[in-house]
Amino acid sequence: MSVADDLRELSLGRAAVYVVLLLVGAFYLAPLESGLMTAIKTQDAFFSSTPFVPPFGDGFTLEPWYEAWAQMQGPLSDFSGALYNSAFVAIPATVLSGLIGSVAAYGLTNLKWRGQAGVLMLFVAGMFVPYQSVLVPLTRFWTIVGLQNYLAAVPFLQSRVGLIELVVTHTAYGIPICTILFRSYYANFDESMLEAARIDGATFTRIYRRIIFPLSKPMFAVVLIYQFTQVWNDFLFALVLVSSPTNEVATIALNKLQGSMVQQYNVQMAAAFIAALPTLLVYVLFGEQFAEGVAGES
Amino acid sequence: MPHSIFRRLVSLGSDGDGDANDANEVRTDGGTATATGEGTTRSDQSDRSLLDSEFVRSLPFWLPPALLMGLFVYGAIGWNAVISLTEWSGFGSPDYGDLDFSMYEQMLGDPTFVVAARNTVVLLVVFTVLSLAVGLLLAILVDRDIRYENTLRTIYLLPMSLSFVVTAIFWAWMYNPEIGLINVVLRGVGLDFLANDWISDPSTKLGAVIFALMWQFSGYCMVVYLAGLRAIPNDQFEAARIDGASTLRMYRRVIIPQLRASTMSAAVVLMVFALKAFDFLFVLFGDTPGPSTDILATMMFREAFSSSNWAYGAAIATVLFLLALVVIGPYLYVQYQRGDL
Repeated sequence: MSVADDLRELSLGRAAVYVVLLLVGAFYLAPLESGLMTAIKTQDAFFSSTPFVPPFGDGFTLEPWYEAWAQMQGPLSDFSGALYNSAFVAIPATVLSGLIGSVAAYGLTNLKWRGQAGVLMLFVAGMFVPYQSVLVPLTRFWTIVGLQNYLAAVPFLQSRVGLIELVVTHTAYGIPICTILFRSYYANFDESMLEAARIDGATFTRIYRRIIFPLSKPMFAVVLIYQFTQVWNDFLFALVLVSSPTNEVATIALNKLQGSMVQQYNVQMAAAFIAALPTLLVYVLFGEQFAEGVAGES
Repeated sequence: MPHSIFRRLVSLGSDGDGDANDANEVRTDGGTATATGEGTTRSDQSDRSLLDSEFVRSLPFWLPPALLMGLFVYGAIGWNAVISLTEWSGFGSPDYGDLDFSMYEQMLGDPTFVVAARNTVVLLVVFTVLSLAVGLLLAILVDRDIRYENTLRTIYLLPMSLSFVVTAIFWAWMYNPEIGLINVVLRGVGLDFLANDWISDPSTKLGAVIFALMWQFSGYCMVVYLAGLRAIPNDQFEAARIDGASTLRMYRRVIIPQLRASTMSAAVVLMVFALKAFDFLFVLFGDTPGPSTDILATMMFREAFSSSNWAYGAAIATVLFLLALVVIGPYLYVQYQRGDL
């Protein structure tokens, strides 16, 4: 489309709409933009310049990123770095709750029995429970279970006991949203196709493995992306369940860094971007699926 | 591709075409009306045994996940309620032999609790209303065949993909009194007198937090409302226009009432996020945000995990849960009534 066409299309009212939308867009991006600009400025530069203006001359530096990286992860060979720890929690928890949610949704959709609505209601309500209301029993539960005793034979896992607790906890609390998302997807499946398989004598398990699961791929993308973001971004569970400093996840490390480098805004901003990098990447690459997951919450 | 999501959003949020199966299912579930529709060809007897066997055979699929989730969610809520009746504090374990409501009595006489409860309600209501209003306005603007709609939507929704910890750090920098963007901009446009130490001044603290949270979640409201707007048939817009309704009146009289379902589902999600705003406050202020910004979630954490007043913390947590229940109860009821479950 040429510029001339563009101009023709614009009446004054439409121009106003575009201006408003652009300003709003700028508003949404402003914290990120000023954060990014601050992260590539020296201490002197960000104290003396306007936050959103890019640095010039010797005001530019990548030093904050090196420093933030050292705090958030350290060398890539360090497998107890905060980013690794977050991945150690987020990846298994996401895959587990996704798989479990898909199976549960199958049991609650394509097979019919009464009382289903009641069970579903418990799943839906489970999405909305404020974590504070389970926090005290949750810590008590893991104290009583004493997971580290069972893991004595595997030192690698025993030293990560807090993270394993996080994986199980996140999986359990992720099941409701995953189930609901999958169920809304399965509810639109063609009934007659499943009926035909049933008449052919396929068992329920077989129908799931051969028909439902392969057809679930698009929804798995939505669920995994959404759930990964949720688990990676979690702060509260990690705050109460992880005690060992070597098991700190990214959000906890970021909060600690912010507390110890109070005036070093450039390092803080760089660290914030490093902690957010996986979720930002996922969002930029799969924004569509993320939006769909978000919509499923409603 | 960009429109497929909206179709899905629509079929999730309203009684769109995709729900035909759903309605069918509920009828079968209800049990009373099994003899209608396709069911008529089978006898009631075989229908029932089929239902029973389907129930049994579906058990291995949903029961283990339901139990795992039930243990962590509902088991924990129940356990939390029991702990709130004990006197448990400090090291050691709770004594379940002596249960009473003393923690709740202590709570009612605790001025900190009253303040935190009030702040929680203010945060809940103001944040929700503000985000919905901004989201609706944006949705109406974006719905006017805007070019680059997808780009805009991506930008608006971006903050929601970020952790509260990340956004809190960004906003602490935005609100910096000397060199933060907010004050720099205010001074730049000649509004020096408005510049403030936003997150230290007790009179603006809560407002500043609400504003930042609105930034993070209004894009989400926009997405929900946009889907709602797209679900309204075009001829309704046309009809209102022919009737000579002014744009503003048309939206108020014709369009907004039809967005009730969108409003409701967005409001529920927002309120739940508001109850979870703990992370944001904790990163900014630690476990003691001070009386102007203390909410039940931060107070609960402080009592339980900083002061080891476990029973008292559990009692506050129970109140928080009841608050959440007040919010989601009606929502669940409506969902059930509409047959969306």
